[in-house]
Amino acid sequence: MSGRSHSHRPNRGLQAYAALFMVFLYGPILIIPLFSFVDALYVRFPIEALTFRWYGELWRREPVIDALGNSLYVAAIVSVVSTAIGVFAAKAIARNRVPGTGAIVTFMMLPLVVPGIIFAVAILIVLNRMGVALSLYTVMAGHLVVCLPFAIWSLLPRFEGFDPSMEEASGDLGENGWWTFWRVTFPIMAPGIAASLLMTFTVSFDEFIMAFFLSGTQQTLPIFVWGQLRFPSQFPSILALSTLILAASFATVFLSLWIGRIGLPKAATGEIPK
Amino acid sequence: MTEPSDPLISIRDVSKRFGTFKAVDGVSLDIRRGEFFSLLGASGSGKTTLLRMLAGFEAVSDGRIVIDGQAMEEVPPHFRPINMVFQNYAIFPHLNVRDNIAYGLRKFRPTPAQREAMVDEMLDLIKLPGYGNRRAHELSGGQRQRVALARALILKPKVLLLDEPLGALDKQLREQMQLELRLLQQKLGITFVLVTHDQEEALTLSDRIAVMSKGAVIQVDTPTGLYERPKNRVIAGFIGNMNFFDATPSSTGSPQVDVQGLGLVAVNGRVRARSDGATTLIAIRPEKLALHSEAPVTGGVAGVVQALQYLGGRHMVHVTLAGRDTPVAVALQGGQADVTLTPAPGQPVWISWKDDAVLVLDAD
Amino acid sequence: MSGANAGTGAVISARPATAGRLSRLMFRHEVLRGYTMLAPALVIMVLAILLPFVLMIVMSFWDQVGFDFDTTPTLQNYREIAEKPIYSALLLRSLWVSGIATLATVLVCYPMAYFVAFHVHRHKMLWLIIITLPFWTSYLMRIFSWKVILGYEGVINSGLMSIGLIDAPLDFLIYSPGAVTLTLAHTWAAFALLPIYVSLEKIDRSVLEAAADLGDSPLVRFFRITLPLSMPGVIAAVFLMFIPTVGDYVTPTLVGGPDGAMIGNLLQVQFGGVNNWPMGAAIAVVMVLAIAVVGLCFLALTALFRRWAT
Repeated sequence: MSGRSHSHRPNRGLQAYAALFMVFLYGPILIIPLFSFVDALYVRFPIEALTFRWYGELWRREPVIDALGNSLYVAAIVSVVSTAIGVFAAKAIARNRVPGTGAIVTFMMLPLVVPGIIFAVAILIVLNRMGVALSLYTVMAGHLVVCLPFAIWSLLPRFEGFDPSMEEASGDLGENGWWTFWRVTFPIMAPGIAASLLMTFTVSFDEFIMAFFLSGTQQTLPIFVWGQLRFPSQFPSILALSTLILAASFATVFLSLWIGRIGLPKAATGEIPK
Repeated sequence: MTEPSDPLISIRDVSKRFGTFKAVDGVSLDIRRGEFFSLLGASGSGKTTLLRMLAGFEAVSDGRIVIDGQAMEEVPPHFRPINMVFQNYAIFPHLNVRDNIAYGLRKFRPTPAQREAMVDEMLDLIKLPGYGNRRAHELSGGQRQRVALARALILKPKVLLLDEPLGALDKQLREQMQLELRLLQQKLGITFVLVTHDQEEALTLSDRIAVMSKGAVIQVDTPTGLYERPKNRVIAGFIGNMNFFDATPSSTGSPQVDVQGLGLVAVNGRVRARSDGATTLIAIRPEKLALHSEAPVTGGVAGVVQALQYLGGRHMVHVTLAGRDTPVAVALQGGQADVTLTPAPGQPVWISWKDDAVLVLDAD
Repeated sequence: MSGANAGTGAVISARPATAGRLSRLMFRHEVLRGYTMLAPALVIMVLAILLPFVLMIVMSFWDQVGFDFDTTPTLQNYREIAEKPIYSALLLRSLWVSGIATLATVLVCYPMAYFVAFHVHRHKMLWLIIITLPFWTSYLMRIFSWKVILGYEGVINSGLMSIGLIDAPLDFLIYSPGAVTLTLAHTWAAFALLPIYVSLEKIDRSVLEAAADLGDSPLVRFFRITLPLSMPGVIAAVFLMFIPTVGDYVTPTLVGGPDGAMIGNLLQVQFGGVNNWPMGAAIAVVMVLAIAVVGLCFLALTALFRRWAT
């Protein structure tokens, strides 16, 4: 009997457990799309008829389109800014021998762990004291705090796996920092940067707590959905809207994780193939 | 123009600290124009850090680096008249061979025709014509090395730095590339500075070698010089064979020292007495010892043959001396008249040497 | 080089060894270079984390007067939190509900992480992506789906009624601490799974083989090797889930009802309907302190346990 067999023998019990786990994970989420096609005002069994009309109704409602536009606007700006800043931060953390790197990384990752409401409230207080009116820009500021750790988190392994001699070679061949970035760093890091853009875009697009405290009269999509939850008559169209949000988020995040993990071509790591 | 005898690179009291660790400690070196110069040392000896300071990837902590009359301490890599071949070659994975080679040309704004001509010239030089459209991952290790060379040489640097460029290659390819590198350097006349931990490589390629250890340069000399006049035990030991003897000096400048197993040996006052009474180190190359089957007229030391080693073209005889644990190696050159027969183990013999064969080494 | 390409020889001109003063400064000091690149991120983090935090602490000593603040320092807010039972009750409930949800999630996630680490050999990456996918997507939607499932007229009740198992909706399904616990566990499962998986994946397989070689049965091997070696991941998972969930208010609002309300709800209303910001700031500060205390206790306990176990 080989020593590895214990890990290669299929374990029926664990397989069944894994299947159950996946049902628990995805079952509740799939309820929303399922009922968004049901032709009834309430979510209930038995399902009598299916329809697409809730989806059709969505596009006739201006607030939905406005909120969608706001969310896309916020997410687009936040994803670009947080990724741009994240690239430099991740590069500095991975490359330069900077004292206190550990403490700085911990500090920057705080928003991933500390309850969102604490940051939201604290930022709200600062904005209030500085006399800044709430708007989509304050939402962007809040989202930047949430998205920056994600950007650094997704870019850091990239930079750690990125052969520093590539940039040194560029400097050696006469290019300064600016050109080295655009001719070497950016093309080699492109998959990581794309992954970070997609990831931060989704996180911002879906973010609720910061937006809840920091948005003014213009609502983002999650805030709009939250407001509509009070009205039972809106329920089916909210299900339809939620389905669209979920589908878009799933697709974007899947793409981001996929590019982020396997987007590394073998050559990009600077390894010498056998 | 500067005189040809002027050093192209002048390194003065250069140090590099990482925190409290001194990677390079007060190194001074001159590298001449058109020279193939090697920095030889084990890993951690500071040779790579010194090279990276020449290239500008590390700033010097102390000291001066002057290249062709220009102070370099504050000059970033992209302004230095130096190019480098990296240890892993650092071929840009997103560019093909042609674009890799032409990478550094952007600043000089060549016309497309000039650019193509220059790249083609380089491809010919590295004997890879027709490889222009390959990607980095489609090249073998040796081919990558050639591309890295071409990429640096196209910029006509005053100095080419090579960071263990042959380390990733197998033995056969390495020997072939050593020869090519040497020929290329002689053809182009560019100053090459090579970092290596391989003594053979340094000896084969270099005009001069700086041996480094613990961040300092121990000795700078030609390959012959290192062989004939090694400064300490490490250098004496790593090139060829060497017999080491402990000696007790009686006083500074004394004409003779008492050497274990050899008795009194003339050193012509080259030994300094040590106040702590410690021994000093004497070394004699096996081929500088003569073997006699009968006692010579003067100055022979008697011993017994312990073992015989055939080394292809010559014999190495190991001779046991009274009062010494390690046998002494004596190389038997083909035409040595005194030995009519190949000595057999157990046979009594005598060894002798000339005064100038005795090397006095620094304490480590 | 040969003179065959006379036209190209002139392209390379001597490179001037000059650099601007700033570029020289940057070149000499690598640390400075590093901090310059970190600066934008650091500035944002300081402006958006440190400054607000400090101001929040300061504000917690103020008093709300109408729409304005009385900025004379006072302990009034903290006194009220200490004296009125509602604060401590909600805080304790939050810690309790989060604690139970964290415990349940870690227990549920461990076997799954074990499965992926040891029993998935092909498409491991795909498995991981699919498991963590829901975590990155809309938080609100995931909680909302539980409201749809557990509600009076939700999926479970209407389903059970339509097949005739029950006559009236089960009212304990939603608006209870149990509903909050279940929802939190589901919402954060992917987050808790990752560190456990990483710690399991890091275990050197030859160690397990050595244990098997030395005669340990699979079960004994699990308790003597796998579990102890994966404890750092478990502890990380506990922290990563417990800390953020204590302050959650969306889950209790949607599925908690009055009985399931948590400290986050109390905090939120101070900035909404009640409009007492200094009180809200004080609650936030107390919440952070409570989380820190519980976290440190947990760390101390695991350290003690580890010392006892070895």
